[in-house]
Amino acid sequence: MANTYELIASVTANGSQTSIDFSSIPQTYTDLLVKVSIRVTAGGANYTGYLTLNGATTSYTGRDVMGNGSAASSNLRNYSQIYIGEVNGAASTSSTFTNKEIYIPNYAGSNYKSVSTDSVFENNATTAYAQLEAALWSNTAAITSLSINAEAQTLVSGSTVYLYGIKNS
Amino acid sequence: MANPTRVEINCETGEESIIELTDAEVVQMEADRIAFEARKAEEDAAAAALAALKASAKAKLVAGTPLTEEEAATLVI
Repeated sequence: MANTYELIASVTANGSQTSIDFSSIPQTYTDLLVKVSIRVTAGGANYTGYLTLNGATTSYTGRDVMGNGSAASSNLRNYSQIYIGEVNGAASTSSTFTNKEIYIPNYAGSNYKSVSTDSVFENNATTAYAQLEAALWSNTAAITSLSINAEAQTLVSGSTVYLYGIKNS
Repeated sequence: MANPTRVEINCETGEESIIELTDAEVVQMEADRIAFEARKAEEDAAAAALAALKASAKAKLVAGTPLTEEEAATLVI
């Protein structure tokens, strides 16, 4: 159980941005927790959410398990960014957002970095997504920045990302 | 017309910046978007093909007719 749980920073999009980025992340915590609530303005029902670490576009691997309202599946997610689940677009139920919690243990260490995500895609329709993702960034660098986007689509006003630091002592 | 922007917060200072993407970043973003759409179409097609195989396998099981190896593979855990 974490001894401390502190808000490092939070950002609310104003309706014209395609990503939310955190830079100069302090190296004084044990783990990072990112809470994401976003939606995009683009016209489709769902878009793919991504996380990038330190601006890197390589060395990510991942797998998820998901339900989409009609079937369950497991999928490899070896992309140029870390897959963090589906994101609501304009064709999904209005004013619904996808909510995600991303946990990054030992982000300041020199081992490869694991990332786990749980994600839900709210939608008043048959198709909606509940997903669990496990990812690995095969890089030993400490994480000093991270970025959230959804296929580089514009985030609706009110989309928020909160970054927390967790200490084990 | 101005390029799209991103919002960046410096966690040490708390300073929030709205940064306009460069032309090169916009070009890359469009390329990424096309790649995303292509990959999604591939994944959707694969999921639809698997669903069709499973439906065919189920129908053949019920009818007592032989399954293809591909259909049988969808039933083996």
